[in-house]
Amino acid sequence: MTPPPDDESGNAPPDGEAGNAPLLDARLVVDRGAFRLDVPLRVASGEVVALLGPNGAGKTTALRALAGLHPLTAGHVTLGGVDLDRPAGRGWVPTERRPIGVVFQDYLLFPHLDALDNVAFGPRRHGVDRRAARATARDWLDRVGLAGQAHRRPRQLSGGQAQRVALARALAVGPSLLLLDEPLAALDARTRLDTRAELHRHLAAHPGATVLVTHDPLDALALADRLVIVEGGRVVQEGDGPSVTARPRTDYVARLVGLNLYRGRAEGHGVRVAPELTLSVADRLDGDAFVAFRPAAVALHPSRPDGSPRNTWAGTVAGVQRHGDNVRVQVDGPIGVAADVTPAAAAHLRLIPGQRVWVAVKATETHAYPAAT
Amino acid sequence: MSGALPAVAPRRRGRVPAALLIPAGLGLLFLVLPLAGLVVRAPWTTLPQRLTAPGALTALRLSVQTATLATLFCLLLGVPLAWLLARVEFPGRRLVRALVTVPLVLPPVVGGVALLLVFGRRGLLGGWLDATFGVTLPFTTAGVVLAEAFVAMPFLVIAVEGALRAADHRYEEAAATLGAGRWTTFTHVTLPLVAPGLAAGAVLCWARALGEFGATITFAGNYPGRTQTMPLAVYLALETDLESAIVLSLVLLIVSVGILAALRDRWMAAP
Repeated sequence: MTPPPDDESGNAPPDGEAGNAPLLDARLVVDRGAFRLDVPLRVASGEVVALLGPNGAGKTTALRALAGLHPLTAGHVTLGGVDLDRPAGRGWVPTERRPIGVVFQDYLLFPHLDALDNVAFGPRRHGVDRRAARATARDWLDRVGLAGQAHRRPRQLSGGQAQRVALARALAVGPSLLLLDEPLAALDARTRLDTRAELHRHLAAHPGATVLVTHDPLDALALADRLVIVEGGRVVQEGDGPSVTARPRTDYVARLVGLNLYRGRAEGHGVRVAPELTLSVADRLDGDAFVAFRPAAVALHPSRPDGSPRNTWAGTVAGVQRHGDNVRVQVDGPIGVAADVTPAAAAHLRLIPGQRVWVAVKATETHAYPAAT
Repeated sequence: MSGALPAVAPRRRGRVPAALLIPAGLGLLFLVLPLAGLVVRAPWTTLPQRLTAPGALTALRLSVQTATLATLFCLLLGVPLAWLLARVEFPGRRLVRALVTVPLVLPPVVGGVALLLVFGRRGLLGGWLDATFGVTLPFTTAGVVLAEAFVAMPFLVIAVEGALRAADHRYEEAAATLGAGRWTTFTHVTLPLVAPGLAAGAVLCWARALGEFGATITFAGNYPGRTQTMPLAVYLALETDLESAIVLSLVLLIVSVGILAALRDRWMAAP
């Protein structure tokens, strides 16, 4: 029953904003049966943070806890110095009195109201009279480029238009904290591209804090200033786009950014990633370490390549798939590895599942970094 | 173009078995024949006079008035009750739901007796109402409304609760994130979302109230102009003037078919 200690020492936000208090300061602890979400989150004014993670990681629960749609088990949500939820201190502000705006995954536009009244709904509930609320709504619809659709019902709007109405509705109340749940997931690929660019413009202009939840790394990289990767209810990695993509710390992130990733013990220029496999790496380090390299950096040979001081090992082809212009080959062995080869090379090697091949990776193509945080 | 093969092999899964077809036909006949009899035996020539006879019109007016008042009463109390059952977790909710549906299966006469025991002049509440406010419910028009509401309210509650359960409650969460409290959410989001279910429930409730007989005659009696509704008038006329009973029945039948037509899209559209 004792709530876990509520210090942030182990989870200090990355450089820059540790000094001044962030607009949103939260530690989201929610127990749901056997599942426990425990995510520390700090977001500065004007900052956009993406919670990125696989389905079932607890991202949406985190968002619902921020919105007050799901009470915390422990921890706290503090926005602009006001406790919105703090189980230990009995602090609780109900959803309708939180200065928030939420864009839901399937938008949840009220079907019985037209676009204008959907957007005016928030201002009306905040005590603005009907005429002024409609004026505000018209202004927001204009900003998202939907002035002409003001009197359409939600079912008469396209997916992209509905998304923009939902965004306008959330922003029309001037929220300190904007929350977006998979804002682009319901759109087709083409609309998604246009909407993503437009959404980025609006998020960048939003003066408050923004937390968006997504399982799509492209959305996260395009929209967010900072990524918080959540797996199994915990933060496994956080940082800006380039640092996360260059140095993945879990298989999930490695797969997202398309890298082979291994964990092992480093001694100088070698990292032991399997009992009888030590990879030679360009970087020099000691202790617990990650090694990452691109699938395109992996070469496959029909027999043992000789002569060069490269990382080589024997493996078995487990799968072959088209991947862009190349062929992606999964090879089992002491470590599983993904290799991208040209269709010509694949034909030459007669790659079929079960085939024995030799795998080679140049040390200069690898990237090793410490596993300890 | 059409080949010989499909022509000689029509796509049919055998014939409908007679063991099912015959009872089905008899069942249909059983339901329709009495109604047809009503239409056939109707005294069409004297129909206008009988319809405009003072007694018939009075009973019809009283029926429509009391059924409408009973429906309003049910809406006022039944919609919040349906909301409570659909949206709020509380201990004993299953029991409450079972209690609400009791009047559905209870013989209406028993309902009338029960109402007498509570609201009768010497009843649990009736005595107090009489002594404190001078209000007497049994054998009054208000008593008719009460009896009809007692029998008809479950129809409304069940229809509205079903509509509330089917409605996506996340719209209510969306309303909360926009600053709407529970009451505002109820009036501005929930009610509009369930409006079709609400309308269907109200019409069903009204139809049930219009046809109410057992509880009404037990609790409110049979005084022309005060408590004699159409079904009661039909029953009374049956003993003295058969043709008059037929005409009154025909009116009720037309009203019922009209309601069915109004509900067609919701209740008859099933595949």
